[in-house]
Amino acid sequence: MSHTEAAAMEVHSATGLSSRKILMWTFIGSECMLFGSLITTYLVYRGKSVVGPYPEDLLNIPFITVTTFVLLMSSLMMVLALAAVQRGDMKWGKVWLFMTAFLGMVFLGGQVFEFTHFVHEGLTLKTNLFGGTFFLLTGTHGAHVAVGVIWLLSLFLLAQRGRLTQANAETVEIAGLYWHFVDVVWIVLFTLIYLLV
Amino acid sequence: MSNGPEHAHPSTRTYVLVAAILAVITAVEVAVFYLEALDPVLVPVLLTLSAAKFTMVVGLFMHLKFDARLFRALFIGPLFVAIAVMMAMFLMYGVFRG
Amino acid sequence: MSATGATAAEGGDHSHEGTYSGGPWSWITTVDHKRIGVMYGLSAFFFFLVGGIEALLMRLQLGSPENTLIDPDLYNQLFTMHGTTMVFLAIMPLSAAFFNFIVPLQIGARDVAFPRLNAFSFWLFFLGALFMNASFLFGGAPDAGWFGYANLTSTQYSPGMRIDFWVIGLMVLGVSSIAGALNFIVTIINLRAEGMTFMRMPLFTWMTLITSFLLVIAFPAITVGLVLLMFDRMFGTLFFDPLAGGDVLLWQHLFWIFGHPEVYILLLPGLGMVSEIIPVFSRKPLFGYAFVVYSGILIAFLGFGVWAHHMFAVGLGPVANTVFSATTMLIAIPTGVKIFNWIATLWGGSLRMQTPLYFSLGFISMFIIGGLSGVMHASAASDLQQTDTYFIVAHIHYVLFGGVMFALFAGMYYWIPKITGRMLSDRLGKLHFWIMLVSFNVTFFPQHFLGLHGMPRRTFTYESGLGFEAMNLMSTVGSMVLGASMLIFLWNVLRMLRKGEPAGANPWEGSTLEWSTTSPPPHYNFRVLPTVHSRDPLWAEDTGDSMPGDDPSVADPHMPGPSFYPLLSAVGIIVMAAGALTTTFPVVFVGVGVLLFGVYGWAFQPLEH
Repeated sequence: MSHTEAAAMEVHSATGLSSRKILMWTFIGSECMLFGSLITTYLVYRGKSVVGPYPEDLLNIPFITVTTFVLLMSSLMMVLALAAVQRGDMKWGKVWLFMTAFLGMVFLGGQVFEFTHFVHEGLTLKTNLFGGTFFLLTGTHGAHVAVGVIWLLSLFLLAQRGRLTQANAETVEIAGLYWHFVDVVWIVLFTLIYLLV
Repeated sequence: MSNGPEHAHPSTRTYVLVAAILAVITAVEVAVFYLEALDPVLVPVLLTLSAAKFTMVVGLFMHLKFDARLFRALFIGPLFVAIAVMMAMFLMYGVFRG
Repeated sequence: MSATGATAAEGGDHSHEGTYSGGPWSWITTVDHKRIGVMYGLSAFFFFLVGGIEALLMRLQLGSPENTLIDPDLYNQLFTMHGTTMVFLAIMPLSAAFFNFIVPLQIGARDVAFPRLNAFSFWLFFLGALFMNASFLFGGAPDAGWFGYANLTSTQYSPGMRIDFWVIGLMVLGVSSIAGALNFIVTIINLRAEGMTFMRMPLFTWMTLITSFLLVIAFPAITVGLVLLMFDRMFGTLFFDPLAGGDVLLWQHLFWIFGHPEVYILLLPGLGMVSEIIPVFSRKPLFGYAFVVYSGILIAFLGFGVWAHHMFAVGLGPVANTVFSATTMLIAIPTGVKIFNWIATLWGGSLRMQTPLYFSLGFISMFIIGGLSGVMHASAASDLQQTDTYFIVAHIHYVLFGGVMFALFAGMYYWIPKITGRMLSDRLGKLHFWIMLVSFNVTFFPQHFLGLHGMPRRTFTYESGLGFEAMNLMSTVGSMVLGASMLIFLWNVLRMLRKGEPAGANPWEGSTLEWSTTSPPPHYNFRVLPTVHSRDPLWAEDTGDSMPGDDPSVADPHMPGPSFYPLLSAVGIIVMAAGALTTTFPVVFVGVGVLLFGVYGWAFQPLEH
């Protein structure tokens, strides 16, 4: 759904609010239940694995703290990108958009590294319940990050070609809502998975 | 229905400040994790800090604090249902008993 | 843009044939909510008949003891696909058909908020339904029940692709449902006509809104359950493997966290329809409008707090059983409130005894019976005697057939004149009603007794001499008549298409906005968007200036152009599903490619042409 779909619908708005923003917030509400169910699965199965490796054998807190910090900072890049586009400063808008996507890719790289390391240490999807729940929960989050990265890069390329301007600030805002939500989910996962082992 | 994309959004300075606070809280979380003296209160402290970060990102970065009330309802309603269902599951599975 | 030359909404003598004209390509690429609604309706009714035939085959098998007409393996497939089909491929899309056709008209809009997303929802539903039923051709249909309890569904007990069809098919249908529900939430919130506050919204629109919220919140839970199950089956994870510490009950929790709100997803649209029909045929406004709205919201909220009443027999312990018993009984209160509101609306009204009202009254009475047996097994102690017996089968059919299907038929008789511009025969409609009502009760009432006498459900036969014969035979005979009653309905529809009387804009003298435009409505619905000042705008005295009608001096409004991309995106997802089913990952990547192509094409295609 690009700006074009909304343009025709702008005429009717009973609330004075953007239909696309309502759509995104409702979708985020739905995502709460998705991650809620995944987190429930993870916590219900915590400590139920009958063979190792167990979380305390593998989780690397300093490493994940760094990637967590990276993702947090990508949220800062995102708000700066939106603010720049909103005031028509497309030069910085593009810079911040790219930085957001780049930090997202760094986070994903960290996740790939972590997963590879765990597999190397003998933890796969089928090793035990920890492996299954951990990879599924963090993997689902990672997939959301990946979708966000593709989305942000698409917006960046549009901006490069001059097809994303101040008039489309809302398009950036909606991508931003998604991106921040993915960040918020990680804030919760970081605490529940890594710190409350 | 309060309306207004042009409600005073926070300035760049505020955004940077918020990000700094988020980073500091994350550092505190990790510190709490490593300090053995805090073990008895580990769970409540970490959950509170995490909730604080959650609220800051949703409220300030996602503008929920300034935006129309409708958006708040669309987010908080399902979030409330999700948390209630999770709590019921945790109680039935004894997750809180560790 | 030329499509419709007709004017004058009032007389209704100019029908808008242009609404449906055009070749197959115009239907494939359509983004018009009315055409999408018609396609939803036709395909849902087709699957309703498929599910019905599955049920009749089961009843034939159960007509006599130790019958060998259908072997246990096929029987398992039949009851699984009957439940899955009726819930996901018949009732939900039939409701979606009405959401699509009626809601934009009721709120005075020209279309839904995201017309192409709407087309995408339909195509994904349709292809997903075909995908699920294709299993009959490839080694057999899913056979672990519509609830798919772990670990019946593990590769150990269900080798082959049957369960994979079910798992992947339900995921696809879930995406379709969530996309559709998101669309209707935005549509109802944002496209209401000038002056239509939330508390002036027609009740069907209200219940659509609540149902849509239930969908977007409840579906993710089963999606996660399905992902866990798919991982267990395809990648060898251990989520439901007790030997590795996995808990088969987690599936039941995730399934019913979705499954109980799902009951209200099926039910609330019907409640909304009846709340529209009863006032119109009683010639007075709905009694206690606000109570009906708020009790709908309350039912939805409470619906998330009762799921474990499906699990009383699994040993959750006395505390959980007591809590869930109590919350379940609480739901009877808002439900009862609605029933009293309908009765109070009828009370003292000048009743017009026509088919839609017949079906509405049938709905109320059958739904009360289903509700009462529901309160019986809300008590955990009582449920332990009834669970997994025919008593539960009787209960859910009193709720879902006696309740929901009667309401949906009421809705069909009420709104089909708006959809086609022609009237159904009232005489045939009443004949249909009486045969359906009687045969429904003959079919399902004896099942209460069968259940209390201990006949287990989901079992392909029973021994003679247990005292089950007479009532099973009665039930089977009833079901055949029930099936035949559908032929009367089909005949009525065919007769209408050939020689039905023109309906005019407002054949029932209804009060809501869909009756202010022609039947069928022009593709832009309203040339001038209406303004409303009350809950029943067409009954209000200020009708004159609030209903500008079809002013021919105003140019045809611009409407979204057709698009092929929604179908293409849906095809991409189905290709992914087929790849996952056969674990051929190149096919999955092809599907992802098609989906991405579709989504990008969609995003960059201008909405208007």
